[in-house]
Amino acid sequence: MKVKMLSRNPDNYVRETKLDLQRVPRNYDPTLHPFEVPREYMRALNATKLERVFAKPFLASLDGHRDGVNCLAKHPKSLATVLSGACDGEVRIWNLTKRKCIRALQAHEGFVRGICTRFCGTSFFTVGDDKTVKQWKMDGPGFGEEEEPLHTILGKTVYTGIDHHWKEAVFATCGQQVDIWDEQRTNPICSMTWGFDSISSVKFNPIETFLLGSCASDRNIVLYDMRQATPLKKVILDMRTNTICWNPMEAFIFTAANEDYNLYTFDMRALDTPVMVHMDHVSAVLDVDYSPTGKEFVSASFDKSIRIFPVDKGRSREVYHTKRMQHVICVKWTSDSKYIMCGSDEMNIRLWKANASEKLGVLTSREKAAKDYNQKLKEKFQHHPHIKRIARHRHLPKSIYSQIQEQRIMREARRRKEVNRLKHSKPGSVPIVSEKKKHIVAVVK
Amino acid sequence: MSALRAEESLLALRQQEELEDLPKEYPLSTSEDEGDSDGERKHQKLLEAISSLDGKNRRKLAERSEASLKVSEFNVSSEGSREKLVLSDLLEPGKTSSSLATVKKQLNRVKSKKTVELPLNKEEVERIHREVAFNKTSQALSKWDPIVLKNRQAEQLVFPLKKEQSAFAPIEHVLSGWKARTPMEQEIFNLLHKNKQPVTDPLLTPVEKASLRAMSLEEAKMRRAELQRARALQSYYEARARREKKIKSKKYHKVLKKGKAKKALKEFEKLQKVSPSAALEELEKIEKARMMERMSLKHQNSGKWAKSKAIMAKYDLEARQALQEQLARNKELTQKLQAASESEEEEEGAEDEDEMLVPDAVNEVRMNADGPNPWMLRNGPGEAEELDIQKDPEQPPEPVAHEASESEGEENPVAEEEMLLKELEERRSLRKKPGLNQDAKPVGRRETKDSSSQEVLSELRALSQKLNKENHRSTKQKVSSARTVLPVQREEAADEEEEPMLLQRPERARTLDELEELGREGCFQDKERPRPAVNGQWLERKPNNQPGAPKEKPKKEQMIDLQNLLSTKSPSVKSLAVPTTVEEWEDEEEKDQRQMIKEAFAGDDVIRDFLKEKREAVEASKPKDVDLTLPGWGEWGGVGLMPSAKKRRRFLIKIPEGPPRKDKNLPNVIINEKRNIHAAAHQVRERAPSGCLSLLPGSLAWEEGSSALGSRRMRDLDHRIKSVLVSLTGSGMNNSESTLLF
Repeated sequence: MKVKMLSRNPDNYVRETKLDLQRVPRNYDPTLHPFEVPREYMRALNATKLERVFAKPFLASLDGHRDGVNCLAKHPKSLATVLSGACDGEVRIWNLTKRKCIRALQAHEGFVRGICTRFCGTSFFTVGDDKTVKQWKMDGPGFGEEEEPLHTILGKTVYTGIDHHWKEAVFATCGQQVDIWDEQRTNPICSMTWGFDSISSVKFNPIETFLLGSCASDRNIVLYDMRQATPLKKVILDMRTNTICWNPMEAFIFTAANEDYNLYTFDMRALDTPVMVHMDHVSAVLDVDYSPTGKEFVSASFDKSIRIFPVDKGRSREVYHTKRMQHVICVKWTSDSKYIMCGSDEMNIRLWKANASEKLGVLTSREKAAKDYNQKLKEKFQHHPHIKRIARHRHLPKSIYSQIQEQRIMREARRRKEVNRLKHSKPGSVPIVSEKKKHIVAVVK
Repeated sequence: MSALRAEESLLALRQQEELEDLPKEYPLSTSEDEGDSDGERKHQKLLEAISSLDGKNRRKLAERSEASLKVSEFNVSSEGSREKLVLSDLLEPGKTSSSLATVKKQLNRVKSKKTVELPLNKEEVERIHREVAFNKTSQALSKWDPIVLKNRQAEQLVFPLKKEQSAFAPIEHVLSGWKARTPMEQEIFNLLHKNKQPVTDPLLTPVEKASLRAMSLEEAKMRRAELQRARALQSYYEARARREKKIKSKKYHKVLKKGKAKKALKEFEKLQKVSPSAALEELEKIEKARMMERMSLKHQNSGKWAKSKAIMAKYDLEARQALQEQLARNKELTQKLQAASESEEEEEGAEDEDEMLVPDAVNEVRMNADGPNPWMLRNGPGEAEELDIQKDPEQPPEPVAHEASESEGEENPVAEEEMLLKELEERRSLRKKPGLNQDAKPVGRRETKDSSSQEVLSELRALSQKLNKENHRSTKQKVSSARTVLPVQREEAADEEEEPMLLQRPERARTLDELEELGREGCFQDKERPRPAVNGQWLERKPNNQPGAPKEKPKKEQMIDLQNLLSTKSPSVKSLAVPTTVEEWEDEEEKDQRQMIKEAFAGDDVIRDFLKEKREAVEASKPKDVDLTLPGWGEWGGVGLMPSAKKRRRFLIKIPEGPPRKDKNLPNVIINEKRNIHAAAHQVRERAPSGCLSLLPGSLAWEEGSSALGSRRMRDLDHRIKSVLVSLTGSGMNNSESTLLF
């Protein structure tokens, strides 16, 4: 007699490894799962809530400076190394994993105005109020050696900023003029001027490395070409720009941190209108730095907070503050795009997560998958009011909050006046100026 | 040169003379009878003489003002005659002497040469330099445009972008460092060596390689001939196409098109006989083309051609006929619901008439949604209006932008004001517009009696052309200005006053409960907020004093009326049973489903229940009259006593009927126009916020949004659920350093 047996392919019900989930036969026909979307909505809601619950961006505070931190620099080769210069002329090198200062040196008398590292990471440059440019070795002096700079250049005027070329042994300083220096020489290769006011910051373009941008205290931003040794163009804004930062992924985009509480993202080929005006700060913006992905940037402000802006959005996606953090003077985004460092008036350097609720450390593949899935869910349901309200909520200190309210009222009043003027004037006599154009005074060729 | 030098010496001599003159003249001027003015002049002269001592105005000619005994011959000035002393005049006496002839020649040559222009001043030069440099660099930068654009549009970016290529070592290198150890390996190698096979260095011997690469002569010849033929054919076809393209005759093209259509029809018929399935597909295609045509809103008699014909129709029989034909086609196109094959030639014929009527841009949006009928898929009034605006080429492009701003303006009063502003502007522009139209119209009316009506018509046409041209120009200007801005820059947010992304508050929300509370709060806020102005209201707000506007509006509304489009004219119950176009597209599965439902609800009359429900809903939504009669006021009251009819009539306040219900013409739909507060908390607002334009139907995001992301197992395979940015730690770092920070 033949006995008929049920026979199934074990591939269909046996899991591949022990770590894998048990296989459950399931019919994926969408008509059989009518509540799939509502279930996903609930998941999205929960994910959003958890995101807010776990949003604890503050990681560490590095203390040791005896005066306000004036400038920061990243090490180009080592993620864990950060350099900082203080207002008393001291430079400190920090190890972020240990959260300790590994070296301190008295670099200048008076402020350390600027600090930058060489692209190879073996040395760094500082400029200070004592009219000198100094080059230092990254490693500390050996036993018995004295802490001495590799080179010292004595200048005639105070240098207010410095930046190193991304590929060559060339650096640029600014002060009364923009000077381009060869590392081997004590005189600048070329100096470029346009106007007479002191220049507060100069930055090399990371992609088209011969391009420079600078901002001066007579409210302008000037672009230079190192190869042709000429300035290119100048744009004058309403108020002074404190510093600029080039987008590391898009050669022609840069963002300017302005004294009028806003940041302006420009396309350097069309300076007459900024690509985007980023507003949310309630006081002067002092520093800005791009994420290495080029999609976001972080700004430090006099209003004791730092904010993260998407490049293509006019409003910030995140605001960081703590009770003890005073005016934030400098800010940097680390090269793995995960952390943000800021140096502030009250002598501390703070370390933040770039994504407030991100889990640190190594993620298992399942954790990673869950994270991606939750992210997608949040994105999908982001416009649902319930979820939106939760995702948007941020705590603010009362001072900033009240300032925001105050400025909102002021802005509204101004707008009302404008509208009234427009209403009661001869048509065409009062032009409507868009917000983007409003802050641009002129573009000088 | 020597002549010049001579002149120089002459001048020097003259100067000396002057200096000698001065002391002699001085005592003269001091005499009493000379006036003060004379003294002044002397003084002036003295000053001049002194000033002439320095190099600059040494060549000043002396002025002879009074008679003196001694007149220096060098003091002769040509001032009086207003003539310049020319060099050659000075050399006149030396004409005779032949020795000076060469000098004169040289002098003439010098004179004929042009003077060199002044160099530009320094600032100007610098500016030019800067401009040139800027142009150069901005050109150099534009090479990044495609890359930047690609990065911006990429669904996922993985950093570092440049991956270190793991170097592939050729197999020879790998083999060279490897030795045969086992007996089997040794045997194999022995064999290889015996047969003189290359073991280490290139796997093929050079001879083998060459023989592989070589091609026989015959083969090569054949190939060459083939290529030649192909090239000749190609050039022939190219030439022919070019020739045909140059033909300007409209008739020729018309005939060509018709011919093509006929051919297609014939082929179709043939196909029908041969393979019905393929024919069915073809039919579907034709049907789709018909639908496209229908959707394109051609033949609506709103185009330029139709308008001009409408004007002509009074006088011209042919025009009238053409118009009627057009109307008939319109009816035909819009009426048909049953999918039936329609001869393509008709369409083709119509097309070349109507090519100018509607810009293609109107259709493009429709084409994207390739469902059965996009009008059935979406019913937002906003969209309809948008389309409307696009359709009307006469209207300035402002309203579109203004639409956008309006859609975002609902959030805050600030934006509302902006909206108001825009409205103001628009009103102004409209006010200007009718002026133009008014100019045109009365002229036409006045001269209808005249025999010169043709003239008027041509004038009208010219006017309209001008208008069109202006429109074109303005759009072109916009386009060109946009073109100057590079594609990457062009992506600008529509609105500047963005809604803040964060909702900042001095309160903290740390626990789940607090967050829950937050969410609820958000909904209540939503409820309190006045609903944004619906498009209809927005239109109503426009003042009626503009002659143009009110006329246009109703017309437009008619055009997008659902009734016209779907032509479901009978709001009766019957239409439920009549298959609609949508049903036709249903596949078998859904029919099964329907069948099942029918079986399930066999006992109860669902349709009647539904109708009843709808009737109730309509009743409930109707505004109720207010009865203000007071029984017993001014007359006897009590049980069974009614106030008099007159009184009732007097105190009954009739409330005007509201706007017609949206579902008036949709028999099998109940549209609840009141917003359900409880549901609202979990609903996306009808108007998508500024950021989610991608949620429009047809886009990829929409496809995703309408369906669930799927179960976990599917998720892992799904490309959609990959994080947008993947940054690997230690991008650009040394590998040894690329440890995690924490």
